Amino acid sequence: MRTDAAFGATTRPLVARGSDVSLEGVSVGYGQRPALTDVSLTVRPGSLLAVIGPNGAGKSTLLKLIAGLLKPWSGSVTVLGGPPGSAARRVAYLPQAEAVDWEFPVTVEEVVAMGRYGRLGIGRQPGAVDRERVQAALETVGMADAAGRQIGALSGGQRRRVFLARALAAEPDLYLLDEPVTGVDARTQEDLMDVLEAEARNGKTVIATTHDLICAAQRFHQAAFVNGRLVAQGPADLVLDQRLLSETYGGHVLILPGDGGRLVLDDAHHHDQAPGGEPHYHDEAR
Amino acid sequence: MDPIGFLADPLAFRFMQYGLVAALLVGVLCAVMGTFVVLKGLAFIGDAVSHATFPGLVIAYLVGAPLYIGGAIAAVLVSIAIGVVSRRGRLRFDTSVGVLFAGSFAFGILLFSTIKNYVADLIGYLIGNVLGIGIGDLAQLAILGAIVLAVVLFLRKELLFATFDPMGAAASGLPVAALEYLLLALLGVTIVVSIQAVGIIMVVAMLVTPAATAQLIVVRFGQMMVVASVLAATAAVIGLYASFYLNVASGASIVLVETLFFVIALVFGPRTGLLSRTPGRRSALA
Repeated sequence: MRTDAAFGATTRPLVARGSDVSLEGVSVGYGQRPALTDVSLTVRPGSLLAVIGPNGAGKSTLLKLIAGLLKPWSGSVTVLGGPPGSAARRVAYLPQAEAVDWEFPVTVEEVVAMGRYGRLGIGRQPGAVDRERVQAALETVGMADAAGRQIGALSGGQRRRVFLARALAAEPDLYLLDEPVTGVDARTQEDLMDVLEAEARNGKTVIATTHDLICAAQRFHQAAFVNGRLVAQGPADLVLDQRLLSETYGGHVLILPGDGGRLVLDDAHHHDQAPGGEPHYHDEAR
Repeated sequence: MDPIGFLADPLAFRFMQYGLVAALLVGVLCAVMGTFVVLKGLAFIGDAVSHATFPGLVIAYLVGAPLYIGGAIAAVLVSIAIGVVSRRGRLRFDTSVGVLFAGSFAFGILLFSTIKNYVADLIGYLIGNVLGIGIGDLAQLAILGAIVLAVVLFLRKELLFATFDPMGAAASGLPVAALEYLLLALLGVTIVVSIQAVGIIMVVAMLVTPAATAQLIVVRFGQMMVVASVLAATAAVIGLYASFYLNVASGASIVLVETLFFVIALVFGPRTGLLSRTPGRRSALA
């Protein structure tokens, strides 16, 4: 493979893509249980879209649907001009941190190299161009020094950096990121969002779920509010709209005055076992 | 006795020559497939498939058909039944596996007990007899083993990605479901060809123990396969000589040497060694 061929995706004229992702009246679920009902959504190229909503609202389901990992019960999904999965080599999917086996014997470099596997095709081994891309992606996220380390030996923030590097190495047109900045320190969050912003400026589309409403409001262009259905889609500063938040989170959210609105969420991970409706609040959103 | 004689004398016997080659082949084959068994948590399934082959072996023996074919048919039928029962019966997967493999094994013992003159051979099936292998069995073992190893080598990057992160692999366009079935088929072949050497009960040890030991020592997937293979081959040689000189069961000797390696790695291993003074991940996170 020639080097410039590897950059084909970057030089593609943006005008060729009307919308990268489009859902029309889509319903989907697991077994008999619906997870999303009648969702219609359009995402334009170059968008930085935050998907927000409480746990179990269907945020991850939405990403899996777009990635082609779940088949819709009804409605139609179009991704990069075809059905989901038809342009898999132009899509990078980042799983939630909980979905990864961190004891797996695999190094940072090997994980990032997996980003190249879809492009390579069955049975072909990575070559010089692939190693170059892997190295460049590691440098972009600041993890080049950790290339030979086992992934379980990394901190939470470093783990997210490595998986973002894997997505970058795939040179996709569409990023589907399941909680890319959950459980990371402020510095890492800023760094990762800088990388994603740069990708969006280059015409790449980024769709990311997040629990961090402040980050969604400040760093994303657009927001989609999900709670078993699409409550709203609009500019990211709508995230601070009390009415929309109440509708999305069912009243379990409170914006404190001052500081540009400090958010208090009653929906953190560790409350999954708490009895429904029991009132309890956090000091901070994080 | 001089060391050369100590090693060379047993090889004057044809059964020791065949036995050594068979033990090395089975050891390496099981170690390579065992890497997937350990990383995907398939130990129980491996044990179940091994037991489920028993009625097939007995029927093949009764009608004079090749034992491998009978065992393979039984393994496939029970695997399909497990899939149907766990889907239709709304039972946990491991429950369905437990019910059906025990039932299949009992059916095999029932059939075997009807052959009055051969009941004494039952123990041969259960614990294996690597020293009773003929040249025909050895040729089949070598050919089938070579096919399994060639497939794993050719698809090593796809199998790594699909094992480590099935969602990410599927999203990037790899045929993850097909790879999963292929892996189970390869595992089935491995188990069936290994039964004659080490017996139904101890196949699972050959699969799990060297790979588990390797995971305690190295941090790369490829290294884990190589180290597991080297450990298994070493255990095959030591176990077989021990069995010759001490006049004890060959399969059990090999498995016990593998177990000894595991205990040594558990105590002294660089990653999880109980005596390792490096601060562990757990304490770093605490």
